[in-house]
Amino acid sequence: MKFQQYIEKHSNQITLLTAILIIAGYLAKYALGSNVGYDVTLAVASIIAVIPIFIHAYQALKVKVISIELLVTIAVIGAFIIGEYNESAIVTFLFMFGGYLEKRTLSKTRESIKSLTEMAPTTALVVQDDGTTEEVDVDDVDEGDVVLVKTGASIPVDGKIVEGHGYTDESAVTGESKEISKQVDDSVFSGTIVSDGFLKVEATKVGDDTTFAKIIELVEDAQDTKSHAEKFIDRFSTYYTPAVLLLAIIVFLFSQDFKLAITVLVLGCPGALVIGAPVSNVAGIGNGAKRGILIKGGDAMDTFSKVDTFVFDKTGTLTKGNTAVSAVKNYSDDLDSVIALTAKVETLSDHPLGRAITTYATTKKLEYNALPIADNETTKGQGIAANVDGQEVLVGNQKLMQANNVAMTDQQVSDMKELQSHGSSVVLVAVKNQLQLILGVSDTIRPEIADELAALRKEGAKHLVMLTGDNAATANFVAEQIGIDEVHAELMPEDKVKFVKQFQKDGRRVAFVGDGINDSPSIATADIGIAMGSGTDVAIETSDVVLMQSNFAALVHAYGLAKRTVLNTKENIVIAVGVVAFLFIGLLLGFIYMASGMFVHEASILVVIFNAMRLIGFGKPTDEIGDVALEPAK
Amino acid sequence: MKQKVTLQLEDLTCPSCMTKIQSAVSNQAGVEDTKVLFNASKVKAVIDDDQITADDLAKVVKDLGYDVLKTKVKEVATA
Repeated sequence: MKFQQYIEKHSNQITLLTAILIIAGYLAKYALGSNVGYDVTLAVASIIAVIPIFIHAYQALKVKVISIELLVTIAVIGAFIIGEYNESAIVTFLFMFGGYLEKRTLSKTRESIKSLTEMAPTTALVVQDDGTTEEVDVDDVDEGDVVLVKTGASIPVDGKIVEGHGYTDESAVTGESKEISKQVDDSVFSGTIVSDGFLKVEATKVGDDTTFAKIIELVEDAQDTKSHAEKFIDRFSTYYTPAVLLLAIIVFLFSQDFKLAITVLVLGCPGALVIGAPVSNVAGIGNGAKRGILIKGGDAMDTFSKVDTFVFDKTGTLTKGNTAVSAVKNYSDDLDSVIALTAKVETLSDHPLGRAITTYATTKKLEYNALPIADNETTKGQGIAANVDGQEVLVGNQKLMQANNVAMTDQQVSDMKELQSHGSSVVLVAVKNQLQLILGVSDTIRPEIADELAALRKEGAKHLVMLTGDNAATANFVAEQIGIDEVHAELMPEDKVKFVKQFQKDGRRVAFVGDGINDSPSIATADIGIAMGSGTDVAIETSDVVLMQSNFAALVHAYGLAKRTVLNTKENIVIAVGVVAFLFIGLLLGFIYMASGMFVHEASILVVIFNAMRLIGFGKPTDEIGDVALEPAK
Repeated sequence: MKQKVTLQLEDLTCPSCMTKIQSAVSNQAGVEDTKVLFNASKVKAVIDDDQITADDLAKVVKDLGYDVLKTKVKEVATA
């Protein structure tokens, strides 16, 4: 085995030596006129170069695989027997040299993912009981340990800050390069870089359980999860290679032409076919990973590219997910004091609407916290009644007002209806049984949504659907603003699943875009489940595509990337099959022989790899800083 | 006791190497669930440490002619 390892390690030198010998051989023939020198050097070159190929062929044969190397080995030995030393030397050299170039270029396509894995910290500074720190391997850190992270270092665990503060760059986890301020009690993720400050972090998840480790594992697995096309090619090549061997034997039996038979062996190599499809996927998945887009393998890539219907869950995906006071209808004399009273009442509630109102009062710099409050009563589905600063205050919906006999004028009713028709939730406020205020609270639509949805259509999306638990007025308003084709509102999670199934029955390919947590049934049912803006375990496990950033541009990019990757795979298959066809036609017409055939083969392998490499650069560059952050340290 | 072993290999470049490593590793006694990741150049397997150790596994791969750069072992909680 020593010998074999020596050969493996020095295959580059062997290739170089073969090249030198071939040149020397040709010099001997044409400069010195020595045919013997020519034959001897080329024969030596063939023997040297065939050794590593033979070893590979033998190992494969041991596990019952008829490999390309076996075809080449037989062809070379055959050429040797009939004295075609120049053919055997050039074929082996081209095969070795092609392998070398393949290795070089292949590593380029893997680079994006490698740079990601290289960001994973390998050691951690664990704080000991006596306050000193000890550097240990990340795998030896336990949950509950406190680790020290200084400026410029990356956090080795998932955990909570127990001391210190600073700025972190979470681009390794989210793909988005942004400085985020972190204080005590904030959560931090492994793989994030502390760009300024120092932190002591108590580990909650370590080693393979951290989000970053899961991302890396997912991406690594994804690269090797094969698409249907690849599986087909795998099966195909297990029969194809032996078939070529058989064909060569048949050719020999019928034509009695030994040279023709061994030429068939070389020409039949399925080189580009085997590498063409996987290399496209690796490059495509790498492109996504660099932008915080995790696509789970060739199968997901394939299905995603065929999606024509996108179903969105409104909350959090189309909107910013933070409600805010968007309209104020005032009927009182002193607006600010009424808002202060309302805010005080809302401090009793943790309803999102309530939080929107207290935030609104705070931004208006109203002092409401000190107001005395008594006798509060919450009625479910209506609102809150309380005595604030000596006044009876009612905050809630129309039902609450009716229950307390608060009269509304026609104008007030029409104001309320108008706000509702714009998609706002409405909060009514009465003081001393007089309606004083109507507040419209709505979720802010992400500003870029309309453009991004248009871009999604341009990439090939045919039908955009919104399924939401919100009320119909809100849902219709949002849908109209951003250009959605179909809206269904007031749905329960199980209703959403039904709609997804119905779309599938209608022959649509459905992608469901959600936050990946409370809509996992729909995500699992859809042809492609897309979790947006969350790298949680659940999202990573249930969905086919994970967008680490809560950003629509990432969705458009992912969709375009899937389309291009699949197209690229098809191009590569066409190239590979075309080359084999070309070679056999060339052989029949008599202008292709062994050496030239091997040359075309190796060239075609490089062509498919280069073709796949175009995918690495697809799309707008992640912003400049983001890219630099993802480069491994030199 | 079951262990999950991850071997980081030198860069794999030929898809046929995968088949070789896959069958060599999974044919060892005490090895179940072998996965060779071609692009990540990793071998993942679950082993029974009564029958085989991670180092034995690394040796099997080395004997095939592939360098093992790093061996990682993790106990698998038996349910």
